[in-house]
Amino acid sequence: MYQTTYHRPSSVAEAVRMLGEAADGKFLGGGQTLIPTMKQRLAAPSDVIDLRHIAELKGITVSGRDVRIGAGTTHEEVANHSGLAAVCPAICYLAGHIGDPHVRHMGTIGGSISNNDPAADYPSAMLALNAMIHTSKRALSADEFFTGLFGTALDEDEIVTAVSFTAPEKAGYAKFPNPASRYALTGVFVAKRPEGVRVAVTGAGEDGVFRATAIENALSRSFEPSVLDGIAMPADGLMSDIHASAEYRANLIVVMAKRAVQAANG
Amino acid sequence: MADISMVINGREVRGSVEDRTLLVHFLREHQGLTGTHVGCDTSQCGACVVHVDGKAVKSCTMLAAQASGSEVTTIEGLAKDGHLHPVQAAFKEHHGLQCGFCTPGMIMAAVDMIRRYPGGLDEKTVRAELEGNICRCTGYHNIVKAVLAASEAMSKPAVAA
Repeated sequence: MYQTTYHRPSSVAEAVRMLGEAADGKFLGGGQTLIPTMKQRLAAPSDVIDLRHIAELKGITVSGRDVRIGAGTTHEEVANHSGLAAVCPAICYLAGHIGDPHVRHMGTIGGSISNNDPAADYPSAMLALNAMIHTSKRALSADEFFTGLFGTALDEDEIVTAVSFTAPEKAGYAKFPNPASRYALTGVFVAKRPEGVRVAVTGAGEDGVFRATAIENALSRSFEPSVLDGIAMPADGLMSDIHASAEYRANLIVVMAKRAVQAANG
Repeated sequence: MADISMVINGREVRGSVEDRTLLVHFLREHQGLTGTHVGCDTSQCGACVVHVDGKAVKSCTMLAAQASGSEVTTIEGLAKDGHLHPVQAAFKEHHGLQCGFCTPGMIMAAVDMIRRYPGGLDEKTVRAELEGNICRCTGYHNIVKAVLAASEAMSKPAVAA
């Protein structure tokens, strides 16, 4: 790891100021991506601004079906929150299957979505749940927030402070994990509301998370796995790498979507 | 340089380290606590697992400065008064190791796991929970046995002397 300077702000405003004063600073969430990346010298920020000690970024509130999750909330906290499990167990399931227990003790939802790794789990949930992403400057819909491979609408000095969504009628998540990294080789999150179904796919798209409209349309007609039987996803725009070809991922999208619907239907 | 302080195995320690120093290197090289191992260095193998404020984390994936102000427990902090921790005893009893390199991380992960499942564990859960700890010798079989035995032993109320 190259030299860096560590900072520990206690408020969002202080964190933003510290980043502004740094030559090439980075916000540090749980560090489960940034620290390994710095160790490999693939990132070399002059300063790291640790967001773990900012109280206003913490905590989960569930009021009726309205959910708000602070950006600094760890995967473990989301996985084990009983109030959240009562209205949207799919997001608890998703959080409980990120990485491994030690990673889940550190990694945060804000860090995950700000990084927008094309194989991360959370972006699919945000997109399918039609979540709002709250930042130090504004609030954006998930559709506006995720802009491509590791890309978000965030400005350099903008911090995700929370995400919020209304729990859908039903939701489910299924992923085919890479056997080594546990990142999604393909993961699908489905959310059913009276006005329709949203389906988001992670791990498969060359541009990161995306909505599978053909699957959405089919599931909006009937929210059953069998309705996806005849559907074939195009391989165009999907990733091909040593783990899986684009065609394989295209097939996995349908398979994972079926499993997600099955999970949602209980 | 970062001036840091933390409580390690019940002992308050201070140090001045480069900001980029990883917690595992602070433990091993500055504190001489070489029980915590570095296996893969890519945040996958879990040989470096310690507890920070009561939770298992990978000490190769955390800066020492991030842990400043925290309570850290390492493998050296488990045995009390010359008696092995029940998880250590179970690993010995069930031969839950061969070369032993992954063992400190396995044991710290197991202690954390047993804490999180006070109602007890089954084999499937133990295997899933060991996702973040890699062993290249044992095939995990005796590790799983040891964790189950320790969980069982620790759920029994202590016999009054």
